Amino acid sequence: MSKDREFLWRRLHSLLGVIPVGLFLAFHLSLNFTAVGGEEAYNEATGVMELFPHSLLLLMEWVIIYIPLMFHAFYGVFIAFTATPNTGRFSTYRNWMFSLQRFTGVFLVIFIAWHIFQTRIQKALGAHVEYDMMADIVANPFMLGFYIVGILSATFHLSNGLWAFLVSWGITQSPQAQKVATYVTNIIFVILSVMGVAAILAFV
Amino acid sequence: MDIAANTGRMVKVEILRQDTQGGNGYWQKFEVPYRHGMNVISVLMEIQKNPVMSNGEKTTPVAWDMNCLEEVCGACSMVINGRPRQSCSTLIDQLTEPVRLEPMKTFPVIRDLQVDRDRMFNALKKVKAWVPIDGTYDLGEGPRMPEGKRQWAYELSKCMTCGVCMEACPNVSEKASFIGPAPLSQVRLFNTHPTGAMIKDERLNAIMGDGGLANCGNSQNCVAACPKGIPLTTSIASLNRATTVQMFRNFFGSDHFVD
Repeated sequence: MSKDREFLWRRLHSLLGVIPVGLFLAFHLSLNFTAVGGEEAYNEATGVMELFPHSLLLLMEWVIIYIPLMFHAFYGVFIAFTATPNTGRFSTYRNWMFSLQRFTGVFLVIFIAWHIFQTRIQKALGAHVEYDMMADIVANPFMLGFYIVGILSATFHLSNGLWAFLVSWGITQSPQAQKVATYVTNIIFVILSVMGVAAILAFV
Repeated sequence: MDIAANTGRMVKVEILRQDTQGGNGYWQKFEVPYRHGMNVISVLMEIQKNPVMSNGEKTTPVAWDMNCLEEVCGACSMVINGRPRQSCSTLIDQLTEPVRLEPMKTFPVIRDLQVDRDRMFNALKKVKAWVPIDGTYDLGEGPRMPEGKRQWAYELSKCMTCGVCMEACPNVSEKASFIGPAPLSQVRLFNTHPTGAMIKDERLNAIMGDGGLANCGNSQNCVAACPKGIPLTTSIASLNRATTVQMFRNFFGSDHFVD
């Protein structure tokens, strides 16, 4: 990293986590949620993505997902490993959130890498993305567990990251404002988690 | 022993010793005769008078830093029963025994409980934590400060560079370059002062470099640990907003340096 650029890298990391990565996660979980309506509803909803020309879809995937996600992931791993978690000595709510944010972040790098391998790379290799693809994956109870933990890590990491984003950009300053943001982001966590878990269970 | 004749009660103390900078730490146990109203420093003074461990073995006196003895100088900070705090204002009656004393290891340990807080003083120089009034002629009176502002700025001015927030912060360590909560809050203090604010942009730019403000991870341990109750996280969030604006000013080459 070049000298005196750390501030910009950190702010970029914070921004990319919400836009576009966070927005993509919300979109992704919404699309998955259609599976609750049954196999047909899900295949119809995901089929809409097929209407995009392939080259445009690829460009969107790289610009909106892969590049920002990779920067957020790899810079995030660096951030996580320069921290010295001390929840043993300071077991406050915020300090637990600090440690969990880093723990879920590192776990998500592993989970998302696996998830991309199992779905997107398989698609590139010729597999067809549809309801049955996920149904086959979660037929394995270990995989189902892995996916549920992965989804909850992602929803937690996003909602808590949103709280930190509001502080990092100076939007919530006073303890009162930060407390209200805690409630709001916790509600977001619950909503996204219910959607995400309901969706994965719809494939079982 | 006549001091022990007071109550006969002995205070059990365990201290993490270290002989040289960078050396290995080792625990030693002591028992000190209890006196009414004892603080941690008076326990250390008893050990200094009679450096004998609980097992009867003689040892070297424990080294520690202290100065004002009234929680305003910040020199006597150490980790007491797992929490960083001042050894002058920590009373034995409020502690569970054995009392465990450790140096604040986020700083380089010089010897025993003495640490080198240079990192903080260098940070204060880096962020220009002062009001610039030196000149070649008398600059006259500065602008007045509104009373309401003065009152909350006074809270920030209570910082004594004790290092407790640095020890509590999970992002401050020898492996990380983060400047830490205390010097950041000083930026807010001096940017609030009407004369200090005349070099506001210089201070903001100083904390927008490597290891600066953006390295805060919002664990908020600092505000929980600060012995003076300084609203450190509010200062940090406020600086986050100020640097957001400064970032755009820098990017677009604005000539609004300090307003």
